[in-house]
Amino acid sequence: MSCCAPGAEGAMDNATLPSAEELWLSSRALGDGLRQSDLSVPDVYCGTCITTIENALKKRPDVARARVNLSTRRVSIVWKEDVAGTRTDPQAIVQAVADTGYRPHLFQDAEAGNDALRNQLLRAVAVAGFAATNIMLLSVSVWSGADSATRDLFHWISALIAAPALVYSGRFFFSSAWNALKHGHTNMDVPISLAVILSYAISLWETMHHAEHAWFDATVSLLFFLLIGRTLDHLMRDKARAAVVGLARLSPRGAMVIADNGERNYRPVEEIRPGDTLFVAAGERIPVDGVVVAGASEVDWSIVNGESLPQPAGEGEKLLAGTLNLTGSLTLRATAEARNSFLAEVISLMEAAEGGKARYRRIADRAAQLYSPVVHLLAFTCFLAWGFLGGDWKHALMVAVAVLIITCPCALGLAVPVVQVIAAGRLYKSGIMVKDGSAMERLAEATTALFDKTGTLTLGSPRLVNAGEVGDEALRAAAGLAVHSRHPLSRAIAAAADAAEEFASVSEIAGGGLEARDGRGLWRLGSRNFALGDRAVAGSSQMTETVLSLDGREVATFRFEDTLRPEAAATVRRLQTEGMSVGILSGDREPVVAALARRLRVDRWMSALDPQGKVKAVEAAAEAGEKVLMVGDGINDAPALRSAHVSIAPSTAADIGRQASDFVFMRDSLSAVTEAIDVSRRAGRLIRENFALAIVYNIIAVPIAIAGYATPLIAAVAMSTSSIIVVANSLRLNRFSDHVRAAGEPAKPVHAKEVLQP
Amino acid sequence: MNMLIVLIPVALGLGGLGLLAFLWTLKSGQYDDLDGAAWRVLNDDDGKPDE
Repeated sequence: MSCCAPGAEGAMDNATLPSAEELWLSSRALGDGLRQSDLSVPDVYCGTCITTIENALKKRPDVARARVNLSTRRVSIVWKEDVAGTRTDPQAIVQAVADTGYRPHLFQDAEAGNDALRNQLLRAVAVAGFAATNIMLLSVSVWSGADSATRDLFHWISALIAAPALVYSGRFFFSSAWNALKHGHTNMDVPISLAVILSYAISLWETMHHAEHAWFDATVSLLFFLLIGRTLDHLMRDKARAAVVGLARLSPRGAMVIADNGERNYRPVEEIRPGDTLFVAAGERIPVDGVVVAGASEVDWSIVNGESLPQPAGEGEKLLAGTLNLTGSLTLRATAEARNSFLAEVISLMEAAEGGKARYRRIADRAAQLYSPVVHLLAFTCFLAWGFLGGDWKHALMVAVAVLIITCPCALGLAVPVVQVIAAGRLYKSGIMVKDGSAMERLAEATTALFDKTGTLTLGSPRLVNAGEVGDEALRAAAGLAVHSRHPLSRAIAAAADAAEEFASVSEIAGGGLEARDGRGLWRLGSRNFALGDRAVAGSSQMTETVLSLDGREVATFRFEDTLRPEAAATVRRLQTEGMSVGILSGDREPVVAALARRLRVDRWMSALDPQGKVKAVEAAAEAGEKVLMVGDGINDAPALRSAHVSIAPSTAADIGRQASDFVFMRDSLSAVTEAIDVSRRAGRLIRENFALAIVYNIIAVPIAIAGYATPLIAAVAMSTSSIIVVANSLRLNRFSDHVRAAGEPAKPVHAKEVLQP
Repeated sequence: MNMLIVLIPVALGLGGLGLLAFLWTLKSGQYDDLDGAAWRVLNDDDGKPDE
């Protein structure tokens, strides 16, 4: 156990580790009998963590190399397929990591393309930086009075440096601008590209004609500044995406297939065909839709349909992919391929629901739509006016270019990304991942917040409510039984008891409950029918209950309710006082949803919705002119998360829900929602302030350019000043976040506890 | 004036050297784990890098 694995002291459950088969399946062959596995280890955060894990791994003979990446919180292990003839058990390697107190798990396939783009951007920044500094050196010499031949030489050298830098570093802007133009609209990259290309062309022409002024420095430093903004923006999204991808996978990668001759093979889900017989152990998720052919268990449907109580599953029961098998092992006959499973239906629903986000136009692009025609028209008018009035067309062209360069949206190009990078960084620190800069713009606009119930407003795990009336003795006896089960109700009893009695042998009867015998008689803990046998009277209570009995006589009845997510009530109230309309969209039964809605004082709620129903509810709200923020976690929420204007999911959400949403929060408290809204709104205000600053700058600078007084020196000074002002203004966001943190709850480190599946 | 013939290539060459050095560090993965590198520098093992 290390000093610094927060929250890792709890019981290390072997079942939470990926199975050996799954590890083989997910590892990459490197050749020479070596394989590489990448695991996510969310707990690591300091140097001791690195050495602890690496040393534990390097001690093993079957590990060739191991390296912890602290930034992405991952460990990559290169292991040998066999050591001295025996096949390596990769689970033992993962267990070695788990034994140090850090919880490793497999994550969704990392997107390899991201790193490549990051490196391309960094290289482009380096090249632009090199070109900008060197050209600036030469320009300073020119400005300080280098004369005819020397000046021409310097201009030519500048031109030579600038050309490859423009092609290499400018391609990001050019291709984006070209794309926008091809589709008949403009974005911020259009005026940028135009200014860069025009100013280079004019400067080259001027150089050929031994002129006094060339704008190479402005051209290249403009690119340099803008690329920095773009790179920061990319790094921010990369970091958030890596954190989201690093969460544990909820859907299984494969399943144990039983062949006709009884042989058991672990196969990837893609290779499972309808008719195959599958074995699903307790604690595993159902890999594909199927019908139970043998076994009895209870199944947790919460992530699939929002149902908060585990449902019994016996022979003939149809189960959907993604549901969690809780108490007993099941044998299933697959009824659909993975790509036709329930999950796949949800995905196609999601694709159909695509809309809210695709329609949204980013604030920078909307600004550019107003900005570029004005600027280009202005430059063109200047050209004509100076040409006709002054008669000197060459000078007229120079003035027009000066106008273009002076107004070039350097500050505008930085106005948005800098603010968003800082805002995302603040949110990241308090455990909220922003997957996209435009998400913050959309969140700031939200007028309606629709919440899912199970797993979002509630934690999806029951809590014992009548511990007081039951009495300590009964609670301890029940806890003694309950610790042997992974059923959520058992876990709640075990968690509520301060101590547990010891029972020699406890057996779990699938679909019933737990049973143990000692000197006092036969203890049973489970459903009323199971515990009391014939004496059971049909319970009328709406609440979830579990009965403890001794020789068939009732000892105690435990009542449960779903735990409300911390600060759920406060969050809902705050949203309401801020004038947002709050609603609940749940797939759960009506009485449960109604009770919760009453408790949270929400009068807008709908129950028993299927995924399609949730999408319809979101779309209806959108048609009524509301900008919907959807907060949800289940597979059944994914299409609604996608169709909403903006969406937030907790880190415990289903894989597909996390992918569909714009924000993912890594902590238990629902106050993440209000914090994300606060920061987004503040960021929106700062962005508008930045735009205002840029406009003020233009109002001052443009007349100078129109009058023909803008030399390259003036342009360089003006452009850098405006950029610095915009960046400095953006930094004010930091002060605000500190203030919020001080007023609200203290920021919690991100614990793996909340990230791991139960 | 003739000085410039020497000085400009020298200046550009030095700048280019810096650029190449940066590109090399990028290619060899030295920016992949900035947080980890900050901690690893404090490790007092035998001081040999991996591999």
